[in-house]
This record gives sequence, structure tokens and C-alpha cells, in this order.
Amino acid sequence: MNTAMKKHILLPLIALFIGLLWTGISYFSVQAQSPTPSDNEVNAVAKNLYCPVCENISLDVCPTTACAQWRALIREKLAAGWSEDQIKDYFVAQYGDRVLSTPPTRGLNWLVYILPPLIFLGGVYLVYRVLRSMKKNKPAQITPPPGESDQTDPYFSQLEAELEQHRKRGE
Amino acid sequence: MVSNFGFGALVITLVVSVYGIFAAVYGARKNSLAWVESARKAMLLTFPLISLVALSIIYLLVTGDYQVQYVYNVTSSTMPLYLKVTALWGGQAGSLIFWSWLLASFASAVTLRKWDRDREFLPWVIVVSLVTLVFFVGMSIFFENPFVRFWQTAGGSQAVAMFQPTGATSLVPFDGRGLNPLLRHPGMVIHPPMLYLGFVAFVIPFAFAIAALITGRTDDRWIRVTRRWSLVAWLFLSLGLVLGSRWAYDVLGWGGYWAWDPVEIAAFMPWLSGTAFLHSVMIQEKRGLFKRWNMILIVLTYSLVIFGTFLTRSGVLSSVHAFSQSAIGPLFFGYIGITFAVSLALLLHRWNALRSEGEMHSLLSREALFLLNNLLFMGILVVCFWGVLFPLISELFTGQKVTVGPPFYERSTGPLFAGLLLLMGVAPLSAWGHSTVKTLGKAMWKPFVVSLAIPVIAFVLGVRSLPALLAFWLCAFVAFITLYEYYRGVAARIRRSEENVFTALWNLASRNRRRYGGYIIHIGVVLMALGIIGIELFQTETQGTIPPGGQMNLGNYTITFDKLDIFDTADGRNVARAVVSVERDGKYLGQLYPRRDYYYDSQQPMTIPGVRSTMEDDLYVLLVDWEPISSTGVTFKVYHNPLVNWLWVGGFVFIFGTLVAAWPDKDPESVRVRAAKRKMAASGVQSAD
Amino acid sequence: MNSVPDEMKTQEQSHRLPTWVVGLAFAGLVAFLVLVGLGLRRAQSGPITVGQKVPGFSVTTFDGETINTADLAGKVIVVNFWASWCKPCEQEAFELESAYQYYKPGGEVFFLGVDYVDTEPEALGFINKFGLTYANGPDLRTKVSQMFRIQGVPETYIIDREGKLAYVKKGPFLSTAEILNVIDQVLQ
Repeated sequence: MNTAMKKHILLPLIALFIGLLWTGISYFSVQAQSPTPSDNEVNAVAKNLYCPVCENISLDVCPTTACAQWRALIREKLAAGWSEDQIKDYFVAQYGDRVLSTPPTRGLNWLVYILPPLIFLGGVYLVYRVLRSMKKNKPAQITPPPGESDQTDPYFSQLEAELEQHRKRGE
Repeated sequence: MVSNFGFGALVITLVVSVYGIFAAVYGARKNSLAWVESARKAMLLTFPLISLVALSIIYLLVTGDYQVQYVYNVTSSTMPLYLKVTALWGGQAGSLIFWSWLLASFASAVTLRKWDRDREFLPWVIVVSLVTLVFFVGMSIFFENPFVRFWQTAGGSQAVAMFQPTGATSLVPFDGRGLNPLLRHPGMVIHPPMLYLGFVAFVIPFAFAIAALITGRTDDRWIRVTRRWSLVAWLFLSLGLVLGSRWAYDVLGWGGYWAWDPVEIAAFMPWLSGTAFLHSVMIQEKRGLFKRWNMILIVLTYSLVIFGTFLTRSGVLSSVHAFSQSAIGPLFFGYIGITFAVSLALLLHRWNALRSEGEMHSLLSREALFLLNNLLFMGILVVCFWGVLFPLISELFTGQKVTVGPPFYERSTGPLFAGLLLLMGVAPLSAWGHSTVKTLGKAMWKPFVVSLAIPVIAFVLGVRSLPALLAFWLCAFVAFITLYEYYRGVAARIRRSEENVFTALWNLASRNRRRYGGYIIHIGVVLMALGIIGIELFQTETQGTIPPGGQMNLGNYTITFDKLDIFDTADGRNVARAVVSVERDGKYLGQLYPRRDYYYDSQQPMTIPGVRSTMEDDLYVLLVDWEPISSTGVTFKVYHNPLVNWLWVGGFVFIFGTLVAAWPDKDPESVRVRAAKRKMAASGVQSAD
Repeated sequence: MNSVPDEMKTQEQSHRLPTWVVGLAFAGLVAFLVLVGLGLRRAQSGPITVGQKVPGFSVTTFDGETINTADLAGKVIVVNFWASWCKPCEQEAFELESAYQYYKPGGEVFFLGVDYVDTEPEALGFINKFGLTYANGPDLRTKVSQMFRIQGVPETYIIDREGKLAYVKKGPFLSTAEILNVIDQVLQ
């Protein structure tokens, strides 16, 4: 299971790395022409950052003065030719892990990514066992229950509706 | 005067409730009808009592008695009347009273029903309701008293107390601080009551479940009695969530509708377990399976309601929605500990009695598919729960704060939601008890083939993203299957009874409202999914600074900045309001007025977007920043949100479907037929429904 | 009241829940409650209350000098959290500086400004604008502010000679006299 997990993480990581490399390269090429980065370039970086002053609102839309200053800082760094990753690292060093939109994958933080899938797999196993044990209790019926064969017969629906009505009264 | 009266009524409520609990327990132990009847009267009495308390607060709010701290905190003289009344739930103390009031009204309503066939439940339903009520009323009396007033003590200092300290004179501030500006929105006026209604209504099914556990009457009686209550609770919770999203979209000004904020998730979690409960309850009714699981689900739902309320109000979490720091935390925590432990103990105590009566025969039967549905809902719940709790854990063990933000939730719940959508299409076609690949395939292939056209069309129209194509196909598949189900039913009726289409549709739906209401809900979910896909996968945005007369482009749209007005309003706001013209492909469409309101009294700015909304897309313009008119100009942020309106349309359809399913029946229940039916089910004969 | 038929009961004996499952269920509940309880306690009161020992921490000032509270034993330390974007902080900046000037000759009081969630150019602008001369540095990784569990800026914490927290002020000081009054009390 561990190796499967690793594979799952490795592939996106490689994709991410290539993606970042690509954005890095494109940033540098953009940098050559425009010395002041546009609002959109700033927001693209800010979107994935969270400022502690406004809880749970990403930096690109937070209206407080502190966040406006942060965006100005991003602009400055972009103008200086920094990549998105470098800027993120800078913010983490300055203000801590909580500026990232998801916890960085190290130490205790692994729990946040591992536990939900593990519990979910546990649930899958439990459901599997329930279904298995219930099937074992009684060998599967070979003859379909009455009314099953004419499932698509239009009259089946009629019958069904009647039955429902009957049951409804019954409750 | 009125405050003393209100406080008196509150204390009497507490006394009456405590008496009711003892009377009910004693009556149940001694099998004494008179004591149970007395407890029932006590339960009924709490409603008028709490109503008096709530009315006293409303009277104080409307007359502007600023000596009362709560009134001072949430109202001001410039606020319109409707906001003064609704300020009842604008702050911690008032909203607790509101909670209690709703609870008393629901619990009273349920004690008024006929109890002929489930008399043994009555005392325990009263006990559970009253214990919850005592807890909330107790919090109001001892920690969050809405009636405490300001006093000027003899020593010249200020004091806040319920009763006049000796030698003190009353201190009446000239004006109140006013309601938090974020809450001064019509959506915000009805969003919290809807959520509270949903939360409170789930207490009723929980009370019956606990009564069933205590009395040992573990058949599906408790489920049949509370079916409508669960649906009503779920209806209000859904309504609250939809209204909340709409409010966020209209007022919070960040271009979205759902931020995966811990408090939003706290309200979402009981909805998830409640939805799972609504589905799995049907398995127990039809097939006698999963009794334990249903108990677990309703206990979980109630626990999540209480836990969610605790998270929001105790200050454990920091969030835009959170109430201010409060002293109710420890008491609330104690209550959580006791109720969770008691519920768990009862559940384990009756574990054996809760064995399944029926058996599962086929992996493709509807009950098996419903079980998968439950698994997926639980999966989403685990993600949400863990995401909310993890920052707490991280802070405790490493001292480091972390953010668990939208990317985490979106990535981990996305596939689960897609799986749910798929099940929503397949499950209604499978039969209870038994289905095979052949029967399923037969019922499914026509809608399946038709639905394949949708991603093809989307591809031709230029959609290239694989998740989007898949999502569009899923939506189409579910929608076509559901519509096809309707069509088959209607066609059969027309053939048989020669009704016209509308009568046939009406009769079909009214014969089995739960089923066809459920289908309407499914259609609503598909429409909502369409809106969510639109905004999540296709949202584009741009930001720029333009001078008067300048233009900005986003996709086909062009906006022109016409002018900016800055003015003060009578209700204490400074408003900066921009006028922009919108064109699409060079064709003039109209004007938008994005603005920034600054509230002087609370020193809070609010960004209100200008939105042009059509069924195809929304253009959402925010006023981000501005310079004095002479210099560079105004900064706008523009979002293009395709299809997002379908989210709200879907919300309406969804609520309508729930209403159809939950509307009370006219025919009274007949014991005879039901018993006969149960005998039939017990003997293993399967009905074809 | 007990509606479980007797013949069913005997049948149920075989399906009794194992003790370890019951134990596990309750252990899970207890673990959850402990976690939430600890979180609640942390939210309700900071780890440091008045009279408690303040753990050592260090701040690197904008000038590059590292200040370690452990080296300041025997002195009263005034820790002021501020930020350039914070309006109320401007109200007390002059007052803090004049209080610093007042105690400077005595050398008994150390003033430390901790700049919370701020950007360096703006922070330096703030320092110049109000002519602050006492030690000021950024709160890297928001470590110091998390240790004190500040709720906003400005907040001021005064640590006495023994290294114990002596005074907490949330919100700005209104006058120099107020600051002097508080510090004098701690000095005695």
C-alpha cells in the first residue's frame, strides 16, 4: 500500500515540478519585457496565499491594508525576477506555514493527507465485509423475484405506482 | 422593568424544564401516566414561557433601551425596524434565546401529536428535548444573559449586571453600537434562522432514536414517526446553506459562494450525515437492514449539530463567522462530553437488539447502492471533519498554525462528489432486494446513449478539460435518467387511465411523493452541480486600474469606467460607488454599480459587487481601490462566472423537491395494512417496489 | 417497557459485541474530547498568564541585531506588538518612544517592538515616521505572537525582573503617563 501511495504522490509531484519549472521560465521571459508586473500576475501568486490578518480569505481578495501591503510586496519580488515558489518560500520564512493554502507535506502535517484516505479505505473494507457476509448467509437467488423480469414493461410502472399507493395508505 | 420580566420568565422556564425532566423519568420508571402527562404539560408550557422571553428582547430592541448591554451591542437608532427585530439573532446572547425558542416550539409541537401507538416513547422524547433545552436556557441564564444592564456605581465606575447593585444608578448610553455591517443584508436576516431551524429540528428524530434505545423498542417505529421531521430538518438546513452561499456571493465580495471556512463546514457536516441518514432510513423501512447504522447516523447528526454550534460559539476556531470570544466554552464542552458518552453507551447497550432483520441478496440491489452512497457521504464527512480539526491538532502538538484551505477540500472531495452523482443516476433504477447487470443495463441504456451527446457537444463548442467533460456527462446522465423515470411513469399512466400529461404527472407524483419528490431533489442537485462546475472550472478573472473613460477586457466583455461618486449616507456609511458600462462583443448591455461601503461606527469596510447575471454567465465587478479623481483612476477586479446562476435555480428546484417529499399526507395511517405488510416482509416475500 | 421478546434474547448471546470494540469506541470518544478540550483551553487562555514565567524567545531587529530575552535577565522587558497597517498603533507610537527615552538613562527597562505580519519597507517607514529608536524587529514565522497568543495589534506585554509576565495591555496606551505608571509599578 505504501508503494502505491508513493506512486500516487510521485506522479503529481513530477507534474507539479515540471509545471513550476515552466511557469518559472515563462515568468523570466515575461520579466525581460515588463518591469512592473500586472495585477493579474500578482493575483495569480496571491491566490494561493493566506494572510493571518484575514482568516480564511485568500490574499488576492482580502480587503485589509495588511493584505494590500503583502500584494505590493509580491509585486516588488516579481519585479525583482523571483519565481512563484521563491516568493512562497519567502512568505513562509517570514510569516510561518499558515500563509500556505494547504499544510506543507512534512512532519505531523502528513496526517492531514493520510488519515482521510485511510479511514475511507477502512470504510470500503467494512462495506465489503457487510456485503460479503450478507451474501454468504443466503446463497444468491437464482430465480428473480416476481415482477422483476418485466422491469421495462410500461405496465410495470403502472403496477409499481399502484403498489406504492397501496403502501402509502398502509403507513 | 421589561428586562426583569424577561429574565424572570427565563428562570421559570428553567425550573419548569427541570421539573419536566424529573416528572418524565419518574413517570416512565413507575409506569405512571399521570406523571408523564404532567411532564408533557411542562414541555408544552416552555413554549409560551420562552416566547415571552423572546418578545421581551424584541421589545427592548425595538424601543432602543440601550441600558441593556445586548441592545447596545447589536442595534443603533439609525437601523430600520426589521433589522432591529431580527437583531434578536444578531449576537451570541440573543441567538441562544432564539435557539431555545425554536427548540421549545418544535418539541411542544411533537408532544401534541397522537401517541396511541408509541406511548412508551413519550417520556423519553420529553426528557431528551428538555435536557437540550435546559442546557441552552442554562447557558443564557448563567453565561450569556441577554438582559444584563449598564450601571453607574456609587464609586463612579461602570458595571454590567442583571440587578441594580446597591447605590448604583442606571447608565443609559445615548446610542447603540449597531449591528455588524456584514449582517445587514436581507439574506443574512433569514440565513441564520434557517440554519437554526434545521439544527433544532434534528433534535426531534434524535430524541425518538434515544427513546427507542432506552425503551428497547428497536423496530422501525421511531423512523416512521420522525421521517417527516428529518425531512423538515434537512429542508431548513439545505435552505440555510443555500441562502448562506448566496449571501457570500452577494456581499462578501470575493467572487465565490463557498470558502470552505470552518464555520461553513460546521453547518455542512450535519447536512452530510443527515443526507446519508435520509437515504439509509429507506433501507431499514423497506428491507429491515442497517438498524445499527441508522442509529449511528442520527446520533452522529445530533452530535455534529451540537459540535458545530460549539465550534462556532466557543472561540475554539477563528473564522469570519465566529461569534466573539465567550465564556460558554467549558459548559458547552461538558455538555458535549456527557451527551456523546450517553448516546454511545446506549447504542452499545442495545447493539444486539439492533440486528438486521432482512438480508442483502445482490450487490446491485438498491440497498447495496444506498450503502455505497452512505460510504461516499461519510468519506466527505471525514475529509471535512479532519480538515476542521487538524489546525487545532497542529497548533497543540507543534505550536505552529496551519491553514487547511479550499485546495485540500476540493481535491479530496471532488472525486467523492462525482461518485455520488453517478450513484444518484444508477440507484433509482435498481430494485429493492435484487437487481442484475442485465436489468440495470436494460433500464439505463437509452438515457446513457443520449447523455453521451452532451460531452461531444461540449467538446465541439471548445471545452477541452477532461474533468469538465466528465462532469458534464455525469450531469447529463443523471438528468436524463431521472427525466426518463418520470416519462416512463407518466406514459404508463396515460396508456392505462387515459389521463392528459399534466394530470398524469400530478397523480404520479402525489401517489408517491417521497420518491418523486426525491427525483426532483436529484434534478435540483444536477442543476446545482452545473453551476458549481461552471464557476469552479471555468471562472476567469482580471484586475486592472483604469482612468475615467478607460476600458478593461475579460473574454468577450468590455467594461468602461464612467464615474465614481463618494458620499455619506444617513445611516452612517461612507459610500464609494463606481458606475461602469458593460459591453459584450461591442454591444452595450447596461451599467453596473460596484461599491465600497465604509461603516463609521464599526470602522469596517464592505465590498459589494456589481453583478450582471444571466443563465449563461455572471459578470461580477468589484471596486478594489481608487485614487483621488485627478490621478490614475480606479482599480477594478472583474470575474466571469459561467453558469453560476444554475446553482441558485438548482437550489430552488431542490427546496421544491424537498417540500414535495415532506408535505404532510391527508390520509391517516392505518395500523392494519401496515402490520400485514410487515408480516409479509418478515416472511421473506418481496414486493416489487 | 422491555419489548424485546425472550426467544430473541437467547439468540442474541452469540452476537454479543466484543469488549475490545466497546473499549475502542469509548477510547476514540475520550481521545476526541481530550483533543477538543485542550484546544478549548488553549483558545480560552494563552499559555502565559500574568505571574507565569515567560519562555525565552529571540527577535532579530531590522538592524540585524539578535535580541535574546535570556540575555536580558534582571531587566524589565516591554514587548509591544505593532504593525504599520494598524491605525491604533500610530496613537501610541510617540508615547512608547518617550517612555523609552525616560527609562533609557536608568538602563533598567528594555523596550522591544515586535512587528506583526508586516512588510519590511512599510515597517521601516513607520519607524522613521514616528522616530522610534528602541529595538524593533519582525516577528518571523509569527512565532512570538503565537507564543503570547495575541488577538490583534497593538498589544503590550511587560515582563518583570524575574522573567515573569507582570502586565498585559490589549489595545493602545492612551498617554505616556499611563505607560510610565504601569512600568513603575512593575519596577517596584
